[in-house]
Amino acid sequence: MPKAGSIIMDGKGLNRVLTRIAHEILERNGSAKNLALVGIRSRGAYLAERLAKLIEEIEETKVPVGYIDITLYRDDIQTKLEQPVIQKTELLFDVVEKVIILVDDVLFTGRTVRAALDEIIDFGRPKSIQLAVLIDRGNRELPIRADYAGKNINTTLKEEVMVKLTEIDGEDSVSVVTKGKNRNHAAKK
Amino acid sequence: MPLKSKHLLGLEGMSKEEITLILDTAETFREVLERPIKKVPTLRAVTVVNLFYEASTRTRISFELAEKRLSADSVNFSTDASSVKKGETLKDTVRNLTAMKIDMVVIRHRSAGAPHFLTRFLDASVINAGDGAHEHPTQALLDMYTLRKKYGKLKDLRVVIVGDIRHSRVARSNIWGLKTMGADVAICGPTTLLPWEVERMGVEVHYNLEEALSGADVVMALRIQQERLQGSYFPTLREYSQLFGITKERLKLLNKDFTIMHPGPINRGVEISDEVADGPYSVILDQVTNGVAVRMAVLYLLSGGEGKLE
Amino acid sequence: MNRPVKKSAARRSPQPDNLIIAGGKVIDPASGFEGMADIYVQAGKIQKIETKKLLTGGKLKSSFGEIIDARGKLVVPGLIDMHVHLREPGREDEETIVSGSQAAVAGGFTSICCMPNTSPPLDSQEKIKFVLERAKQALCHVYPIGAITKNQEGKELAEMGDMFRAGAVAFTDDGNPVRSSEVMRRALEYSRMFDVPIIDHCEDLLLSGNGVMNESFVSTTLGLPGIPAAAEELMVYRDIRLAEYTGARVHIAHVSTAGSVELIREAKKKHIAVTAEVTPHHFTLTDETIRTFDTNYKMKPPLRTRADVEALKAGLKDGAIDCIATDHAPHSSEEKEVEFDQAPFGILGLETALGLVVTELIDKGILTWSQVIAKMAVNPAKILKLNAGRIKGGMPADITIITPEASWTVDVSKFKSKSRNSPFGGWKMKGKVLYTIVEGKVVFQVQA
Repeated sequence: MPKAGSIIMDGKGLNRVLTRIAHEILERNGSAKNLALVGIRSRGAYLAERLAKLIEEIEETKVPVGYIDITLYRDDIQTKLEQPVIQKTELLFDVVEKVIILVDDVLFTGRTVRAALDEIIDFGRPKSIQLAVLIDRGNRELPIRADYAGKNINTTLKEEVMVKLTEIDGEDSVSVVTKGKNRNHAAKK
Repeated sequence: MPLKSKHLLGLEGMSKEEITLILDTAETFREVLERPIKKVPTLRAVTVVNLFYEASTRTRISFELAEKRLSADSVNFSTDASSVKKGETLKDTVRNLTAMKIDMVVIRHRSAGAPHFLTRFLDASVINAGDGAHEHPTQALLDMYTLRKKYGKLKDLRVVIVGDIRHSRVARSNIWGLKTMGADVAICGPTTLLPWEVERMGVEVHYNLEEALSGADVVMALRIQQERLQGSYFPTLREYSQLFGITKERLKLLNKDFTIMHPGPINRGVEISDEVADGPYSVILDQVTNGVAVRMAVLYLLSGGEGKLE
Repeated sequence: MNRPVKKSAARRSPQPDNLIIAGGKVIDPASGFEGMADIYVQAGKIQKIETKKLLTGGKLKSSFGEIIDARGKLVVPGLIDMHVHLREPGREDEETIVSGSQAAVAGGFTSICCMPNTSPPLDSQEKIKFVLERAKQALCHVYPIGAITKNQEGKELAEMGDMFRAGAVAFTDDGNPVRSSEVMRRALEYSRMFDVPIIDHCEDLLLSGNGVMNESFVSTTLGLPGIPAAAEELMVYRDIRLAEYTGARVHIAHVSTAGSVELIREAKKKHIAVTAEVTPHHFTLTDETIRTFDTNYKMKPPLRTRADVEALKAGLKDGAIDCIATDHAPHSSEEKEVEFDQAPFGILGLETALGLVVTELIDKGILTWSQVIAKMAVNPAKILKLNAGRIKGGMPADITIITPEASWTVDVSKFKSKSRNSPFGGWKMKGKVLYTIVEGKVVFQVQA
C-alpha cells in the first residue's frame, strides 16, 4: 500500500477536467473531422476511450480510438533488469492525414511520449499529433509539451503521481505520494 | 529475467509459464509483422551472430529476418562442411567471437551439446537453432504457436509424431514442449527408430500407425533420411511407407479439423503420399511469418540488459 | 628426483641409505598384519619390521638413519596401478613416461604398468626396451605391457616371447578389443607358455558403433548415440569361455556393467582363471553427468547407470573384482575441449584415485583399508607376478604413507600430469598421500 499522500483530484474533479479537455480539443480543431484518439497503455487507453465518448456526446460524431504499447520503442531496454511484458498495440484505422490526439495519464520526463511518437509515425504519416494528458508534473528531460493538460503540478523526483481509474483500479483519483518501498503503480513516464 | 535462463538451449525443463510468455510475446510481434513498417527499434543496441554449421535455408533466414525486424545488427558465419573440416574448431570460433562484442549467438550444429559448449566460454546469450539430434526449441515453439492459434489452446490436444524419433531434434523439443503445455503426445514409428526407454518422456508409444492416428488432432510427420537405410534400421523405403506413410485413407482416422505438419522438405511417397502432399489438408498458412514472430519473441526476451532497477 | 627436506634436519646431507618409518599403523594384507610398527629400510630394501621395540619420545631419534615420523598415519605397501596410458612414444605433449611417473607418485603409486597403444605401439622387444630405458628416469617402477597383435591390428600375434623376455609383464590390445575370437584364443593359448595374463578391453565394436555414451534414457533425452551394456558383456562372456577352454589367464580391463560383474562372479565360482579391475570413476560417476555435455565425462567404457555403480561396488566387496586400476588417459586440451561427439575418450586418474577410494569406498563402509590395499597393491602384484605389494623383510622398500583423515579439494591446475582432462576439479576428497617411497627413496612428499 502506498503511503498516504495528498489527493489532488477526486472522481468528480477528474470528470470535469476530461469534459473541459474534450471541449478544448473540439475548439482547437474546429470539428471532429479527421480526429482520432490514440491512448498509451495502460491508463492512457482508458482515458482515450472516455474522451471519445465525451466527444461523441458533444458533437454526435464517433471518433476512432487506437491503443499503443510503447515497450518496443523504449530507450532503456538495454539497461532494464527485466524485459517488460508487452501488451497489444491496436491501430486499426489508417493514421495517414489524421489529426491524432495522443492521450496519456501523466506527462513527466517526456520519454514515453517520444516513444509513442516514433511508433505512430512507423504506421504512417499523420497530419499532426497533439498531446492530451490528465496531469503534467513537470521535470521534462526532452523538449516535449502538452497541448491539453488537466492539471499542472510541481513535483520533485522523490514524489510519484498515482492515477487511479475505475476501469482497473476501482476508483477515480489522482494523488501525489513520496516514494516508499511499495511501488506497484506504473513505471516512470 | 522472466525467462529463467539467459540462454535458450532446449525445451526440456522449461516451465509452462515461460513457454506461455514466449507464445504470448510472439503474438505481439505477429502484429508488428502486419504493419506497413515491419520494424521496431527495440534491439538496436544488440549484435547477433548466426553460426550455422549445418546448411539450413529456412531457419537461418527466419532468424535473420527476426533480427533485422528488431533492428539488431546481424552477422552470419555460415560454414559449409569443407571449411569446418579445414580445421577451425568451435573453440577457435569462440575465441574470435569473444574478441568482438557479441550480445547473442544463434547456433545450429550437427553435434548435440554444441550450444552448451558455447555457454561455457562466452558471455553472450546462446540460442540453439538445432544441435544434432538433441533439441530445436524455436521450431517446436513455432509449431506450438501455430497449433495454439488454430485450436485456441494446447491442453488436451492429441498430437501424434510419426517417423524417425531416434534421430530427430524436432521430435524431442516438441515432446517436451507439448507435454508441458498439457497436450497428449503419442509417437509412432518402427521399433528401430524409437530411442531407448522413450516412454519415460511421457509419450504413448505405437508401432501401428492406424492405432496411433485414431482420434488424433494433429499429425507431425518426420523426415526419413536415406542414411538410415545403410544403418539397417529398416529394410526399404517401400516397407516404411507401407507401414508408416500418411495416406488419404489413413487421414480418415483423424478427428475433424485435423492438422498435418511436416518440418520439410517432404519425401513424397515415403512419409506422405503424393495425394496428401498436394491436397488441401496440410496447408498451414503463415508458418513462415509465425516463425519470424516466434524468433523475434525469443530474441527480445533474452536480450534484457543488466541494468539497475529504476 | 625430489630430495626430501626434513624440517628438523640437524644436518643438510643427501638422502642416506638408511631410513626408519616410525610410529605409523602398518597395513599389510598379504601377511594379514595390521598394527603399529617401525619399518627399517636399508639399501633400498626393507630390513626389518619392528613391532616390539618401537621408537618413542616427543621427537623421534635413532642412530640407524633418517626418520620419517608416521605417527597417526597409515603405512602401506606402495600402490600399484596396472592400467596407465603413458603417451610416449608419440604424444609426449600429453604425457611422458617421466611426467606420468610424477603424477603416479603424487597419487601414492610406487609401480605403474603402461599400456602399449602408443605411437608406434609397443609390439616388439625394442619398443619394450625403449620404455624400460626411459623408465630409468622415472620416479617409480614402470612395467611395460606389450601388444597382443602386430601394430595392435588384431590380426597376427606379436612377438610375445621376445617382449616377455625383454620385460613385458602382460599383453593387451587395449584401446581396442581383440575382435577376432580366433586371435583371442591363440593369444590365450600362447600366453600360457609365459604364464602372463591377456588383458582385454571388452567391447563388441559393431554393437557399440558410433556410440559416445551409455545407451539409456539419458542418451535418449540427449540425442546422443549410445553404447549398450551388452556390447561389453558379450565379450566378457567370450573371454571367460575362451579362458576356460584354453586354461589360460584372462584379465578383464575396466569393468563397467552389472552384467559383467555377474559373469565374472559366476566364472570365479567355477575356478576359471579370470581376474578383473574397475576404475575409480566407474564406481563414482553415472551417465547423468553427461547432461552437461562436459567431455571430461566421456570415456570407454562409458559411465553407466546408478544400478551398475552399485553392482561394481558390490563386486569389489565380495571379491568378484580383484583390483582397482585408473585407466589414466591423458589428452591435450585442444583435442578434449570440443563438441561431445568429437572428443577423444578418456580421463586422468592417477592423482585422484586414492581420494575417490577413501571417499566412495572406505567412508561409505564398502571396503576396509586392508581390503583397499589388497585391491590396490597385493592383487595387482599377484596377477602380474611383481616383486611388490607387501611389506616384508627383503622386499624392495616401496611404501606409501597416507593421512587417512586429510580433507582436500582437487585443483586440476596443480596436477603433475601434463594433461588436465579430469572431471574432479573442485571435488572435496578425503585421504591424501603424505609420502611415496620407492626403493627406500622419498620420491614424493606433501609440501609443508
